[in-house]
Amino acid sequence: MQLTLWTYEGPPHVGAMRIAASMKGVHYVLHAPQGDTYADLLFTMIERRDQRPPVTYTTFQARDLGGDTAELVKRHVREAVERFQPDALLVGESCTAELIQDQPGALAAGMGLNLPIVNLELPAYSKKENWGAAETLYQLVRSLLKEQAPAELLHDPKAWQKEGRRPRVNLLGPSLLGFRCRDDVLEVQRLLSIHGIDVGVIAPLGATVADVHRLPQADLNVCLYPEIAESTCAWLERSFGIPFTSTVPIGIGATHDFLVEVHNLLGMTPPSPQEGIRRSRLPWYSESVDSTYLTGKRVFIFGDGTHALAAARICREELGFEVVGLGTYSREMARPVRAAAKAMGIEALISDDYLAVEAAMAAAAPELVLGTQMERHSAKRLGVPCAVISTPMHVQDVPARNSPQMGWEGANVIFDSWVHPLMMGLEEHLIGMFRHDFEFVDGHQSHLGHSGGAGAETEPAASTIQGDLIWTADGEAELKKIPFFVRGKVRRNTETFAKSTGRTQIDSETLYDAKAHFSA
Amino acid sequence: MSVNLLKETGPREVFCGLTSIVWLHRRMPDAFFLVVGSRTCAHLIQSAAGVMIFAEPRFGTAILSERDLAGLADAQDELDRVARELLERRPEIRTLFLVGSCPSEVIKLDLERAAERLNDELKGRVQVVNYSGSGIETTFTQGEDGALAALIPLLPHTDQRGLLLVGTLADAVEDRLIHLFGRIGIDSVSSLPPRQSTELPAVGPGTTVLLTQPYLTTTARLLRDRGARVLTAPFPLGAEGSRSWMEAAAKDFQINPDQVASVLDPLVSRARNALTPHREILEGKRIFLLPESQLELPLARFLQRECGMELIEVGTPYLNREQMAEELALLPDGTSVMEGQHVEKQLDRVRASQPDLVVCGMGLANPLEAEGIATKWSIELVFSPIHGIDQAGELAELFSRPLKRRELIRQALNPPCNVPNNSDPVHA
Repeated sequence: MQLTLWTYEGPPHVGAMRIAASMKGVHYVLHAPQGDTYADLLFTMIERRDQRPPVTYTTFQARDLGGDTAELVKRHVREAVERFQPDALLVGESCTAELIQDQPGALAAGMGLNLPIVNLELPAYSKKENWGAAETLYQLVRSLLKEQAPAELLHDPKAWQKEGRRPRVNLLGPSLLGFRCRDDVLEVQRLLSIHGIDVGVIAPLGATVADVHRLPQADLNVCLYPEIAESTCAWLERSFGIPFTSTVPIGIGATHDFLVEVHNLLGMTPPSPQEGIRRSRLPWYSESVDSTYLTGKRVFIFGDGTHALAAARICREELGFEVVGLGTYSREMARPVRAAAKAMGIEALISDDYLAVEAAMAAAAPELVLGTQMERHSAKRLGVPCAVISTPMHVQDVPARNSPQMGWEGANVIFDSWVHPLMMGLEEHLIGMFRHDFEFVDGHQSHLGHSGGAGAETEPAASTIQGDLIWTADGEAELKKIPFFVRGKVRRNTETFAKSTGRTQIDSETLYDAKAHFSA
Repeated sequence: MSVNLLKETGPREVFCGLTSIVWLHRRMPDAFFLVVGSRTCAHLIQSAAGVMIFAEPRFGTAILSERDLAGLADAQDELDRVARELLERRPEIRTLFLVGSCPSEVIKLDLERAAERLNDELKGRVQVVNYSGSGIETTFTQGEDGALAALIPLLPHTDQRGLLLVGTLADAVEDRLIHLFGRIGIDSVSSLPPRQSTELPAVGPGTTVLLTQPYLTTTARLLRDRGARVLTAPFPLGAEGSRSWMEAAAKDFQINPDQVASVLDPLVSRARNALTPHREILEGKRIFLLPESQLELPLARFLQRECGMELIEVGTPYLNREQMAEELALLPDGTSVMEGQHVEKQLDRVRASQPDLVVCGMGLANPLEAEGIATKWSIELVFSPIHGIDQAGELAELFSRPLKRRELIRQALNPPCNVPNNSDPVHA
């Protein structure tokens, strides 16, 4: 039993719903009590979908449990097939139904229905949403394609050359409730088409059952979101010999690496490493003088594995930030995240406890947080700016405008959305110059002329006690002269410095000593 | 003639009782709601609670793992451990609700025993009670019934004459109602749930109970068992319903009807004025209420009688005829009142009847909007301060706003089009 106040991921059947709802002509019969229907709102409210997810819930009640719940399952399967006439049916159960062991998948398979039925077994008490999505995509693809698998693996990813056509790749992994998948798909298609590469099937987002049948016709599979598509890509490689990419094109460096990987696998000449400089504004914006102020900004990163890894690389290599924290809630991605953190000289945080993440964030004293919506709230409490880089999805993460993370345009979007929460260079410089003016103290003051500012400063500072340390009135007064948005950091740094030098009291001199120590 | 009572079964689209924790925990800031359940339960509450939680919330889930289910860990011991961990972190908590869920009910985890044991251990420092909010037994607002019912044995006894308002109200609305009862001449008014979980109201043979919400069946029964008199009246939604509701209490306290009229009549006529602009929008419009909050019957009565709307179908998750008798009597003859749900067939009826407005759950609203049908979330009605004569205008506004909005933007966003347009919308 684990005390959980908030969870980054839903249960695995929500992952299955994401696959079903992403596709066309796929219906999901879910053996579940009525409360589980809440999951519809994830799609219709958070993602603002204009249709219900294609899910029929059996909504069994306590009084059904004494009777024939198996018959209830069959009735709902029959009704769903009649009403929605799907091309494939997913059948599974949620946490409660798992306990009553009706085996709805086997029941549905025994009904003599004339359509593919995929039996989903998603252990609700040990697995989570992204795993459920990956398993569902894998089971669906496998059951639709296993008959087609050749006895011998003869697939040649360079066959397009002999066949006199353009190379063709599938994009696997984009799904509903995935971070910016809708826009990434467009951007990656554009990126590939610039290089003369066609996109065959995009799945699960927008794919039909017929599209799934066409998957083996591609030369190469592009694994856009490993959390969702890696198991499917690996099976397609094992069964059909189709290789798949391992680089996720988020950021300038990763997009270039991705293009190189795709070109090499397809037997094409890799593109110029200068392409990103020509096609994206991130490189120049990052090089421009205003961005000097971004140098060494301390950034704390937390999210799903894919986006956290991408963010760490961009921060360090493309924006000149210092990564002071890196973590993920995706246990499946723990290994690469640990490796990336180690390479940066820090220890990765693998946790699904948002309070542990907040504590790590506070301890790292970052100047910018890149996280999920939950880290946005935690950062707000700590007074640190934040940009959202990962699911869990919030209605604000589905903007009306095109806003990809991947490819050259994705790099532009990332530059804007990560840098804007920070004080812009010149602005920060001016605030540094004018920091003793009362307008800059204790929050931005309105031109409407509220009291505050100077008024708020009339109260003399008093000495305070912080654990073993005493801040003298003089120390507190000096601290108050520092702009409010960095005051917390200066307070923490000074206390750390005081402790490390064995002091018990902090006065204005200690502040200056600490300042000199940390800028040295 | 009377209303046309119908019944339907099939796939339902309603929240379970756990959802009521979302407003209960706000009402009692010193209480914590610990759901004993699965990741689904945790995900449900955080999704229904407006998607994100801003601070450490006063509800959580003890998520059952495979070890608990396989009997490798004693679930009772595990629950003790989690409860201790929680109370250590939150020393300000005075009441701990252990809330049963679908999985805990199916594995027959005895939360009553757990509550007893924890009460012994905590020796009055924290009171521990239990109830079920499971979706196999409860619907949405029924969770509040369970939570309040769990508190009834803890209420102190009194022989004093007094009025007890039962059901969560917004604080401001509660203050206003108590003030008005005072002006009528009823001075001793208390509330359940209270604003602090430790300040439980007393109950006894001198207690008269007015239910503020229509879904408190079990709570009402237990209060009767404690000697209280539970009045039946229309529920306090709209000017008419709220007046009758207050009048029922006044009658029970044998207050001169002239005194009641002198206080309430000016309020009612002011409410009529407040209703006028909304009635102009709503009059003659056709409304379809899908079952969810259990407020559907009193809302339908208000919308039909005070706003002039036409009722196509009034859904309700379940029907307690005794408690709803007064409401049913006020609905027009022949009104279709549908108990239970087959969501697909019901949506077929919605489409066939082309209503002007549909009251429904959050999962269904946008798909109906996309089909051109205006909607109102039923969950909004349990969060909003809508009770009492003074709130009648605000209540009507909740229904007139979606229609007004459609009128405001319709022309610009849906220009007449003479050329065929076959492309899929960008949001599809």
